[in-house]
Amino acid sequence: MIKVELTVNGKKQAREVEDRTLLVNFLRDELGLTGTHVGCDTSQCGCCTVHVNGRALKSCSMLAAQANGAEVVTIEGIAKNGKLHPVQQAFTECHGLQCGFCTPGMIMAVAGLLKDNPNPTDAEIEHGLEGNLCRCTGYINIVKAVKKSAELMRGAK
Amino acid sequence: MYSFNYVKAKSLKEAGELLGANEEAKLLAGGMTLIPTLKTRLAQPSHLVDIAGLAELSGIEAKDGWLRIGAATRHCEVAGSAIVRKEIPALAELAETIGDPQVRNSGTIGGSVANNDPAADYPAAVLGLAATVVTTRREIAADKFFQGMFTTALEPGEIIVQVAFPVPKRAAYGKFPHPASGYAMAGVFIAETAGAVRVAVTGAGPGVFRWEAAEAALKKEMSAKALDAVELAADDLNQDIHASSEYRANLVRVMAKRAIAGLTGKK
Repeated sequence: MIKVELTVNGKKQAREVEDRTLLVNFLRDELGLTGTHVGCDTSQCGCCTVHVNGRALKSCSMLAAQANGAEVVTIEGIAKNGKLHPVQQAFTECHGLQCGFCTPGMIMAVAGLLKDNPNPTDAEIEHGLEGNLCRCTGYINIVKAVKKSAELMRGAK
Repeated sequence: MYSFNYVKAKSLKEAGELLGANEEAKLLAGGMTLIPTLKTRLAQPSHLVDIAGLAELSGIEAKDGWLRIGAATRHCEVAGSAIVRKEIPALAELAETIGDPQVRNSGTIGGSVANNDPAADYPAAVLGLAATVVTTRREIAADKFFQGMFTTALEPGEIIVQVAFPVPKRAAYGKFPHPASGYAMAGVFIAETAGAVRVAVTGAGPGVFRWEAAEAALKKEMSAKALDAVELAADDLNQDIHASSEYRANLVRVMAKRAIAGLTGKK
């Protein structure tokens, strides 16, 4: 067993878990944050994407122990004061989803992408979302939502 | 996953001691290969010794014609490094093609080189640029380091500290990625130095290898056309559900030509 202490969505958390506990299971089972989904469980689909110290990572391919001391942000932590994050707002407006299963990971990946590149081209969006699979939309509205997100975020500054 | 003991190493020395004391211990850096391997129960280490972020394994530095990259440097850092972009832009471009953003945010150059996956990208750059792998015990030339599929010259307990690349006159990487995994179906790294041309191929064979006939042809004439008549035997190349060995041989030639186009600026 290992003691894992980290900050999740701004709140300090500590749990004693098995060394082999994955970060995604830590978030879902220990903290009850089930917005982070497990899609493929083989690091292909990106549904489990969260931010660890500001970087988008697949939480199914990382041990909770590796995140010891880290700042973790999940889909539950990006809306502020009851107001949707610009990426959430844009996915809603552009209907960047159908079934919604991939959406939490997709939104966290987009937030990561826009941090590095606030005004991406279509090609850069496709390259930037290579780690996330959506089996419904065909990505058309997702790409639209990313552009809308970028627009909203530029406007917010 | 089988159970194991996770230990966060505070120094390279401590990591070495932990490896020495536990025969079945494994190093963990980015974990982009190791964690999925553990999840499918293909490995059962007694300990995972986490060396991610150790100061001794960090840093990118250019000095006296060499570019030195710490083993725990993540792919995103190499791709985004102004120093790498200036000294060996092909290396930054290669790093940008590895996996996907989440993988690049975690995976490390030392991990990729130590794992020596036959379809990984970095081994092509390390071999193509005639880099030196610096470990806790010695310096190993790329030509001696890679020894076939998932096999390297590393001894038990030996840890990669950095990879040192001699800065070439020019270099380029041509890659046909597998559309799902991002691994190279064929990747060709070509580097031209003052006295030599080196061509390293990944993804196509059982391990990264030098295509020596192409090196000789390109030394005479650095052009895509020079590769038309160069022989590449398909017999030794991989054959699987994704491509036959003949198909891969053709891909190698096409990727080599793309690398040359990148190198010379001629399409």
